[in-house]
Amino acid sequence: MATVGKAALIFALAVAVYGVVVSLVGARTRRRDLVDSGRNAVYALAALTTLAFVLLEVAFLRSDFTFKTVAEHSSTTTPTFYKASASWSSQEGSLLLWLFLLSLWSAAILFATRRRMRDVAPYATAILLGFGAFFAGLLVFSASPFQTLGVAPSEGAGLNPLLRHPSMMIHPPMLYAGYTLFAVPFAFAAGALIARRVDAEWIGVTRRYSLAAWFFLGIGILLGARWSYSELGWGGYWAWDPVENASLLPWLTGTAFLHSVMIQEKRGMLKVWNASLVLATGVLCVLGTFLVRSGILDSIHAFGASTLGVPFVTLIGLMIAGSVWLVTTRRDVLRSEHKLDSAFSRESVFLANNVVLVGVAFVVFWGTFFPLISEAVTGTKSAVGPPWFDQYTVPLVIALVFLSGIGPVIAWRRQTRATARKSFLWPAVAGIGTLVVLLPFGVFDRPAAWLMFGAGALVTGTVVQEFARGVRARRAMSSESVPVALVSLVRRNRRRYGGYIIHLGMALLFVGVAASSAFEEAKDARLSPGQAVNVDGYTLTYAKPTARIDSEAGRIERIVFGAELRVTKDGEAVGVLKPSRGFYPPDDRTFAANPIASFFEGEATSEVAMDAGLRKDLWTAVSPDVGALDGRIRALDEGFTKGIAQAGDQIAPAQVGALIGQALNSVLRSYTDDPPPATFRVIASPMVTWIWLGGIIVFLGAIVSMWPPPKGATRRADAKLLARVSRELGRA
Amino acid sequence: MNPARKRQIRLTTALTCAVLLAGALMYTSFSASSEAVTPRTLLASAKPGQSYQLTGKVVDGSIDKNRDGMTFRVREREGSQSVPVSYTGAVPDPFRDGREIIITVRKDAGNMFVGERDSLVTKCPSKFTNEEKSPDGKAPPEGFTY
Repeated sequence: MATVGKAALIFALAVAVYGVVVSLVGARTRRRDLVDSGRNAVYALAALTTLAFVLLEVAFLRSDFTFKTVAEHSSTTTPTFYKASASWSSQEGSLLLWLFLLSLWSAAILFATRRRMRDVAPYATAILLGFGAFFAGLLVFSASPFQTLGVAPSEGAGLNPLLRHPSMMIHPPMLYAGYTLFAVPFAFAAGALIARRVDAEWIGVTRRYSLAAWFFLGIGILLGARWSYSELGWGGYWAWDPVENASLLPWLTGTAFLHSVMIQEKRGMLKVWNASLVLATGVLCVLGTFLVRSGILDSIHAFGASTLGVPFVTLIGLMIAGSVWLVTTRRDVLRSEHKLDSAFSRESVFLANNVVLVGVAFVVFWGTFFPLISEAVTGTKSAVGPPWFDQYTVPLVIALVFLSGIGPVIAWRRQTRATARKSFLWPAVAGIGTLVVLLPFGVFDRPAAWLMFGAGALVTGTVVQEFARGVRARRAMSSESVPVALVSLVRRNRRRYGGYIIHLGMALLFVGVAASSAFEEAKDARLSPGQAVNVDGYTLTYAKPTARIDSEAGRIERIVFGAELRVTKDGEAVGVLKPSRGFYPPDDRTFAANPIASFFEGEATSEVAMDAGLRKDLWTAVSPDVGALDGRIRALDEGFTKGIAQAGDQIAPAQVGALIGQALNSVLRSYTDDPPPATFRVIASPMVTWIWLGGIIVFLGAIVSMWPPPKGATRRADAKLLARVSRELGRA
Repeated sequence: MNPARKRQIRLTTALTCAVLLAGALMYTSFSASSEAVTPRTLLASAKPGQSYQLTGKVVDGSIDKNRDGMTFRVREREGSQSVPVSYTGAVPDPFRDGREIIITVRKDAGNMFVGERDSLVTKCPSKFTNEEKSPDGKAPPEGFTY
């Protein structure tokens, strides 16, 4: 199986290199057969990488430890659900996932454009296959997922326990889907610039891919935040860590691009800006992929595969140099067809929104790479912390939310005073009204949160007003009922109303971020059973300790110590929270020396317990003091080792296993019978649920925007396509 | 004023604002940053009250939990020189003996380094590292059923 996988990757590399050459020659010589052959190379690349990816997944699911990567990242005790995701927890598996997804999107877009954009598509094909060749080259020469071991071990190292979370099953594929999908608009933008065909057609053709890239990258970022909140035991969802920031950067520039392309489509403006944004987004996607593998920045994520540094830096350098060259040499064709008519127009608001988004991206970029910048400037490596990031991003994001409330209602070209009242009255009432209503609630010492609530209300007012107007207009035309009118309104204007839903979701999300950051109350307490801690009016009493053994496939997966916390508020029972901490045996435990202690020497992960709601989350994590069990464990180990030595060969392995099981159970009993004090972290955080809810609304809006238009609209688009083909044939 | 001139003034104003803002951002990043140091440099040149971003490994057996938080020692990645750290706040799950950490600290009046609340980050182990590790011989013998 490994040989087939290796062969598939070698063929993939050969096919990609061949495709790059024939596509470029085909574009230059205008030979249709070569261009078609280049496109076929993309299909072949997709088929070969699919085969390689499926083979690797099968190896993981079968726990085939002859594969080095399977032995190092999975085990028989890893639950089946996580075995499938363990493949992309490895360096080589994640690179294969990148190539697999890239080849799928490339094949899809080139199939869709097989009869369109004949001057641009061959260059885009060469660029997409260039990316394919780069990743296939890494997989063949530097990080092969099909490397085998001489002697297969009976057990693997297992998936890092921290990654055993449903979010982690989906988070990396979502991020990679985002990164690879952004390669499509990047390739078509570069192709359009090379071919000097910079009308808005490449934008239209790749619009769904840009939106899908933004959608998937956003889901990936949000799932990462959710994982951090519910798995890492610190109670936060964003830490301004370089790896988090790396995924945020292309999302920010991608968001700016999705807004500014509307101005190019509508008015033929901002062409240089759009080309620069999409090319920068493509570069940032590769930079993000590289950053998590480079180890060049200190991060919570310890990534240290420096062998890939040179190829990645070379690729990024080439992308930047090529992008700058293309934009500067094509300035003549990138000239705007119109000028801004007024500062009070939708174009101006979109431009302001772009400046703010790029400003946030610059802040994040500068802060993330500051250790390298400071070292280059002062010779000393320094780093900036979350307060520095917050200082700049908070006001910018408030401005961004405010603009997203203005943008949908302000007129194109020029907003007149006569229509301004009609457009802005209700959103302004909602925004200013919220600010006034909140005044008595002690918001003066948290002005940023207060302003964000106002901006969020403004956006909500705008969205509700636009939906209400649309429904009213439809009902006036068709006499439909309100729900039917609402559905047909959205169905017929998916891009517009999908966008409004996205704005609403983003507003809710940022209101959640503002509330939870500004009004959070956290406490760390060391408690014995019977003792209590008070947080934000809640009383949490450590009722009793808990302990259990979790097994998988007949083997111990982890030992779990936890606590039952009785929660009351004003004397009324609220519920019971059961946080716990799982101790996973290490993959290198030495059974002969200390069979019992070895179970506590591996990774430990928190299982957070929450009482989550729209108003507030009560979040708890426990850190049991297993050090207090050391004496008991040492005594058991000594007795056990002596017993085994005396028994010699007369004791069967299965009996040894049963004895260890008994010993572990006695450790668990001693913990529950005589519990040592445990350390608890309790956080009362308002409106965190709004973040996840807002995220879901954003993604629903994105699905609405991406969904293909109704049949009538497709027919209209087909008619447009026919007209364009006729024009192209006429030109030829 | 003719529209072209008006546009030029607007552009110049906008660019000046952008340059000023970027300048402020760069200036504050230098003044707000913490120097990234190892225990050796901290021992040699730490000034009381100044903030440092300490990187190193947790010394085996040095973690001591108490009612207010905990104390532990941080050593060089490749070396034995170490500094004592007291810390209160969130403790990441992967924190344990031998684990690589990053923490913002200030020197107190004595020789102790006081960690900034909730500033402790512990590197997530194993993912994407290139460390050669062979699982051979590390697993339990065949036939064990626990």
